[in-house]
Amino acid sequence: MSRILTVDDSASMRELLRFVLERAGHEVFQAVDGDDALAKAAIQTSDVVVTDVHMPHMNGIDLVRHLRQIPNYRYVPILVLTTESGTEWKQQGKAVGATGWLVKPFDPSTLLSTIARVLPQQYDLSRSNG
Amino acid sequence: MTIDPDMREICELFFQESAEGLDAMEAGLLGLTSGAADPETMNEIFRAAHSIKGGASTFGFMDVSGFTHHVETLLDRMRKNEYPVTEDAVTLLLQTVDCIRSMVGALMEDRAPDMARAATLQRALESLPVPGIPPATTTAAPLSQSQPVAASVTGSGWNIIYRPHEDVLRSCNDPALIMRELNRLGDATVTVCGVDQLDFAALDPETCQLWWQIALRGDVSHEQIKEVFAWVEGQCELDITPLESDHAAVPESTTAIAVASMQTAPTVSIDDATSAIEGPAINRKASQDVASIRVSTDKVDVLINLVGELVITQSMLARFNESFSTDDLDTLRDGLAQLTRTTRELQEQAMRIRMLPIRGTFARFPRLVHDLSRKLGKKITLKLTGEDTELDKIVLEKIADPLVHLVRNCLDHGIESPAARRAAGKPETGTLELSAYHESGTIVIDVIDDGGGIDSRKVLAKARAAGLVPEDEVPSQDRINNLIFEPGFSTADQISDVSGRGVGLDVVRRNIGDLGGHVHIQSTEGRGSTFRIRLPLTLAILDGQLARVGSEIYIIPLISILETRQVQREHISLIAGQAELYRVRDEYLPIVRLSEHFHVPPNGSAVSDGLLVIAEADGRRAGLLVDDLLGQQQVVIKSLQTNYYTVPGFSGATILGDGTVSLILDVPGVIRAARQSPAIPVQTANAASARASVVNSTTSTRLH
Repeated sequence: MSRILTVDDSASMRELLRFVLERAGHEVFQAVDGDDALAKAAIQTSDVVVTDVHMPHMNGIDLVRHLRQIPNYRYVPILVLTTESGTEWKQQGKAVGATGWLVKPFDPSTLLSTIARVLPQQYDLSRSNG
Repeated sequence: MTIDPDMREICELFFQESAEGLDAMEAGLLGLTSGAADPETMNEIFRAAHSIKGGASTFGFMDVSGFTHHVETLLDRMRKNEYPVTEDAVTLLLQTVDCIRSMVGALMEDRAPDMARAATLQRALESLPVPGIPPATTTAAPLSQSQPVAASVTGSGWNIIYRPHEDVLRSCNDPALIMRELNRLGDATVTVCGVDQLDFAALDPETCQLWWQIALRGDVSHEQIKEVFAWVEGQCELDITPLESDHAAVPESTTAIAVASMQTAPTVSIDDATSAIEGPAINRKASQDVASIRVSTDKVDVLINLVGELVITQSMLARFNESFSTDDLDTLRDGLAQLTRTTRELQEQAMRIRMLPIRGTFARFPRLVHDLSRKLGKKITLKLTGEDTELDKIVLEKIADPLVHLVRNCLDHGIESPAARRAAGKPETGTLELSAYHESGTIVIDVIDDGGGIDSRKVLAKARAAGLVPEDEVPSQDRINNLIFEPGFSTADQISDVSGRGVGLDVVRRNIGDLGGHVHIQSTEGRGSTFRIRLPLTLAILDGQLARVGSEIYIIPLISILETRQVQREHISLIAGQAELYRVRDEYLPIVRLSEHFHVPPNGSAVSDGLLVIAEADGRRAGLLVDDLLGQQQVVIKSLQTNYYTVPGFSGATILGDGTVSLILDVPGVIRAARQSPAIPVQTANAASARASVVNSTTSTRLH
């Protein structure tokens, strides 16, 4: 189980993410926009961040840039939600330190496999130390 | 397929959001001045469209997302200044907003959206008269794209050399995770390279100094591998060569991954969760339209605080149950005072829960005015003030139609054409103002136009022709103005399809009257008109004037009382020896003797001892004769219909402080009855048993 911060100004997208991720056994905490996300990130660690790109006030790219300044979020995988046509967002996201992206629309299995892809849960510490 | 109830709720959220997004688009579009796109507004409109598209495709509403995509394309061009913001384009976009709205509405009710209209608008979007709108490239991909890419599969495997740039770790693209992904695709043998060149003394954990060579065996396509590396594209050098030729680098594959295949093609098969997503789109039940209000937590907190105070006061007073001495009298008095205060506050705050700002109702007018003024060829600026004024939810819902009617009327008949305005020395652009505010415990909504005003001669002539005003009567200016509210009255020489739709302003007045309010018009010829709607704050509680008639105590709604006068005999005149009229200033008002009207045994006192309550309803006035006025108080309205049945002359009942039941006067009904015949026989028995019935079932309160 991982703790996932989801950032989206659309309540339906937030709830959809929560629904799918919680079903898969993850713990989800939500932020409604960039400021909210930064406020939550300041007091709460998480294993993965999933953020929408199009948001009022602070877009997803600026959020990634700010999150990377927070020590606890420096090494946390961040996925940006974008559409198929959003090539420029993917590149901008990469430029500020986003780990990857998730293309909307996605089906639940894609969401889960993408999250699984960035989660370090399968590290075998005993082996990598040896 | 079973539908997860949670999923249905999320769909509802999407519908609600779409509605809000569409409202935002509409408001934004209306705010665009032709030719100059305000960047922020443009972005807001675009973002709203984009969210609707994204949401719709995520929830599987492909019709909506496909159509919205075309709208978004145009908006995107507009915000990038590639397409001018013309009035035609804005009008077309407004139509698309309507179309999306009706499509979403259809989905909510489980109907198929009207695709014909969407197709027409889509063609219109594509044929906008500026060259170079690219045909819509991709609508969003369908939900299930689970088939693995079949191209260039080799049976044996691939040799991969992965040299990440030093900064790859900063975006958390851990090479180990990439190896894990590769290992999922096939059987990966990973060799770490560059270890021997590491300077352990200067090791920086954030810098990647290693590179990897992977032999991947299995039925894996080139595209699948490139997809694994998609996120590090541009941050690495990558060699992918078929395994058998690992000794020689194939020239074409030595460069970093081409941009060509950016889209991830998920290879995981669809699990149950997908059916949960697809389900609601198909099987959603017809909308369960449960009346509900969204209440801000602030309001709830205030209520809970007040209840807390009530509990404290109650425990303070409960002490006196056990013992009470005269020393406690002050404490008791304090407690009761506190109880009074808290109860009143609690009542007000509880009422506030039902109160919503009029903003939502006002929000429809910019569009209405925009569309109508275009249609009528008039130039009109709409001004909205007091949008935060709060009204009872039910009042709000019921006032919308009358308001629309009044606004249409003002646009159609009130404000003149630009030419006529110029001729009259007025600015070409007319102004329509909607304004809401509180005034002495009531809500006032003004609809003000600076148009031509009411043509008194024309109105009077029509009224005489219709038999509304006798030939010999010379009505006051005020009376003439308000004649337009009479049933069957229309001043329009030509009935237009804008406001002349077979419904007159009398319906407006009746609707407002049903809400316990009234409408009044002030007009200056050539200068404009003001329609003033006055409404009670709430329908559940009424400010009442207690009046004694014989042995009965009735309640007269304060909102309908204009003034109260001591009866002076010389002002009473009789016509036809029957109907009594009372002269107030220059007006003769019919007198309604409530004791006679309701067959209450009179006190035996003379008329001159009584008081005359001048009341107004539906634009008609009358003097209601009562024996005494007792005081004013707020009363909770209890419906007679639910407990008994409708009694003419009464709109409801209430329970007074001393526990007795008092009937609330239906002022419009009484005045109407009085004008038709001097005394309508009302069975006293009826009124009495109505009261009994209310006593027996005081629990049922209706907001009616």
